[in-house]
Amino acid sequence: MAGQMHNSEFSNPVIQWIDTRLPIFTMLQKEYAVFPTPKNFNYFWNFGALAMVTLGIMIVTGILLAMNYQPNTNLAFDSVQHIMRDVNYGWLIRYLHQNGASMFFIVTYIHMFRGLYYGSYKTPRELLWMLGVVILLLMMATAFMGYVLPWGQMSYWGATVITNLFSAFPIVGHPIVTWLWGGFSVDNPTLNRFFSLHYLLPFVLTGVIFLHVAALHVVGSNNPLGIDVKTPQDTVPFHPYYTAKDSVGICVFLIVYAAFVFFMPNVLGDPNNFIPANPLQTPADIVPEWYFLPYYAILRSIPNKLAGVCLMFSSILVLFVLPWLDTSKVRSARFRPLFRPFIFVWVAAVILLGVCGAHKPEGIWVVLSRVATLWYFLHFLVIMPVLGKLETPLPLPESISRAVLGAGHGGGGGPLPGGAPAKPMEKA
Amino acid sequence: MSHAAAMHGHGPAGNVTKRDFLKLVTGAGAAIGGAAFAWTLVDSMNPSKDVLALSAVEADLAPIAEGSGITIVWQGKPIFIRHRTPAEIKSAEDVQLSQLIDPQADSARVKPSHAQWIVLIGICTHLGCVPLGNKPSDPRGDWGGWFCPCHGSQYDTSGRVRHGPAPANLALPPYAFETDSKIKIG
Amino acid sequence: MRAVRSLFAALALGGLAAGSLVASGLGAPAQAQEEVPTPPHQQWSWQGPFGTFDLAAAQRGFQVYSEVCSNCHAMKELHYRDLAGIGLSPEQIQAVAAAVTVPQGVDDQGQPKEGPGTPGSQFRSPFPNEQAARAAENGALPPDLSLIVNAREGGPDYVFGILTGFAEPPKGFTMQGGMNYNVYFPGHQIAMPQPLHDGQVAFADGSPNNIGAEAHDVVTFLAWAANPELVQRKQIGWRVILFLVVMTGLTYAVKRKTWADVEH
Repeated sequence: MAGQMHNSEFSNPVIQWIDTRLPIFTMLQKEYAVFPTPKNFNYFWNFGALAMVTLGIMIVTGILLAMNYQPNTNLAFDSVQHIMRDVNYGWLIRYLHQNGASMFFIVTYIHMFRGLYYGSYKTPRELLWMLGVVILLLMMATAFMGYVLPWGQMSYWGATVITNLFSAFPIVGHPIVTWLWGGFSVDNPTLNRFFSLHYLLPFVLTGVIFLHVAALHVVGSNNPLGIDVKTPQDTVPFHPYYTAKDSVGICVFLIVYAAFVFFMPNVLGDPNNFIPANPLQTPADIVPEWYFLPYYAILRSIPNKLAGVCLMFSSILVLFVLPWLDTSKVRSARFRPLFRPFIFVWVAAVILLGVCGAHKPEGIWVVLSRVATLWYFLHFLVIMPVLGKLETPLPLPESISRAVLGAGHGGGGGPLPGGAPAKPMEKA
Repeated sequence: MSHAAAMHGHGPAGNVTKRDFLKLVTGAGAAIGGAAFAWTLVDSMNPSKDVLALSAVEADLAPIAEGSGITIVWQGKPIFIRHRTPAEIKSAEDVQLSQLIDPQADSARVKPSHAQWIVLIGICTHLGCVPLGNKPSDPRGDWGGWFCPCHGSQYDTSGRVRHGPAPANLALPPYAFETDSKIKIG
Repeated sequence: MRAVRSLFAALALGGLAAGSLVASGLGAPAQAQEEVPTPPHQQWSWQGPFGTFDLAAAQRGFQVYSEVCSNCHAMKELHYRDLAGIGLSPEQIQAVAAAVTVPQGVDDQGQPKEGPGTPGSQFRSPFPNEQAARAAENGALPPDLSLIVNAREGGPDYVFGILTGFAEPPKGFTMQGGMNYNVYFPGHQIAMPQPLHDGQVAFADGSPNNIGAEAHDVVTFLAWAANPELVQRKQIGWRVILFLVVMTGLTYAVKRKTWADVEH
């Protein structure tokens, strides 16, 4: 209704004045302070917050790097050295950004594993999951373009190989590649536009993350038991319970991050990228960063270029339809004793794919990458639909609070109510 | 809502104090850590080492003929170096301080026994334009020094303002004679 | 406790993933395709969480670079003022810079001119461009050494191996013209002739100057040149980690207290 201010309930007059005109504080209070959150989260539920913290660090360090970086093929490599050597704390900002990318992927992959294991992609969270896959794609595009910017040997040749992939598409392939390059090979126009897009995409990412969290808040969080929240006793307000718990996770995360940044900042990278890009000399091995290795292995598992490209894209596209591939009525793997070993085998297949991606496609590595690729798709396209129908899930607890009362472990503060059955809970 | 929320913060007085102290220390730690980190980010925007290294520049005076001047760049600013004729030196020295808008003796604006060299920051003290007067064809104003075309300020042969709207004399950069024909600025 | 176990599980998963992917990439194809041996691991003063650069060795290494390597190899990412990082005083830096002739823009006729270096000058390059370098070096391009220690698999051990790995080719090994046999270089044939010999550089402090010592000192200098921030980085690093360990303890205590009244 026009002309009516929001009815705000804050005592502070300044906050009241703002909130009646733009209810930001009411929104924060509702969505972050009192928001009812299942009380049985384990530390796997920390990783979404960790991803947000990492994104914040990446944006801040990225903006500072952009103050000194020169997106020109003659100047780029030296400008990065200028940052490392002459800019005050430039080395710190650069290493935070470089290793932050790896941390962002570690955190996101674990976050996705949580979703896969506990069935967080299942009804009614399908759209939430799909938005997450969009976030993954945006992260991959951003990271790919970011790696080109230092203009080292691997920057140049990685860009060349991956942009060349698009030429596999019939008829439109070569015009698309020329359009991507802005020329007839990866060169200055390519570098410049990658810089522009690399600066842009994180903000698009932020927008999609907003949608992702909004979608979450409509339906509420999943939890390790995979059962719905039944009563308010199943939940606690997000603040202070999960702000406190998340801050523990953030500290542990920062320790791992700091170990990389301060003591082994280049261990996840490739020595070839310390050599300025040379279009006339290809490195002995072109290898992407570790977080792309599984996809790289899938790409190279098929001798046919177009098939390899399609299979690689399919490995992510299959995630979009995952909510409809899984036929199980039960969400959490805790209650799916047949499914549980399969998901660990799938994780092993992904890790194996990563190892294969780091090796030249010869000998045993070809065989292994084909087996692992086959298993990857078998898991989603065959095992998940079939298992849901065949499996007998374990009996689900009545509710979260009943399950927690019956757990009998030392974390709770009060004595167990008399007569509560000591039900041994399935552990993750 | 969850009854756990109602229970929070309402234990016996001793527990509240202990919990609050713990939260205070933790919060303070986080704030200090955050501030230390933020400082590194802010400091990264201060001049980098290569910029600091170029903070001094040398000028060779030998090619500058009497009566003419050159402009060089120091820290991004124009520096006027003029080789004054004896007449120009005398007219600068003879001025009564009471006649000056910004009183300053000529001897305070040159180096001892190097009165023929005047070294100034060539930025008008009014609103920052670069005055004219170094090239022989430039207008030099009524006092033979420099003339600012933006709003009409005029400076004498010592770089002192004689006609506004500029409020102050042309500034002096820090400089020293390394030899009679070479100065180092900065 | 389940909570702690799930945290460890998560981290172990992430660490296993990243670690195995990295470990599988390490020591990869540069050796695999060329069958050259891995250079033996050396003890370097800057390794480990509390490592520092042996400044005396780095200064001797700079002398080796100046007298031997700089005749063919540039280090264009370095400026003479950076030498303060290996302990040279401003006067020493001034003297070192002034002793070399560097390009200094153009004169009043528009011709390129040269003059003595200043602390702000980039390290003097032996050749003005790649073509001149190749013309002088039989078509080979001596790589810039500013980052060489980071740019090779094996890092300082590899560079040390190359410098000390020159030998007579084994029987039956055919050398191409103008190449030199090196035990650790991929393919065993390197365009660079052996650069270091016993007694080649005389050190003022009387330190040993056999090939091994010269190579050790120049690799120390090159490691510093590639990572001048290393000492400050590690010092800040263990302070940050110590702080974070304390903060982890504190936040965990707050978390326990916050959750004390909730069954979970």
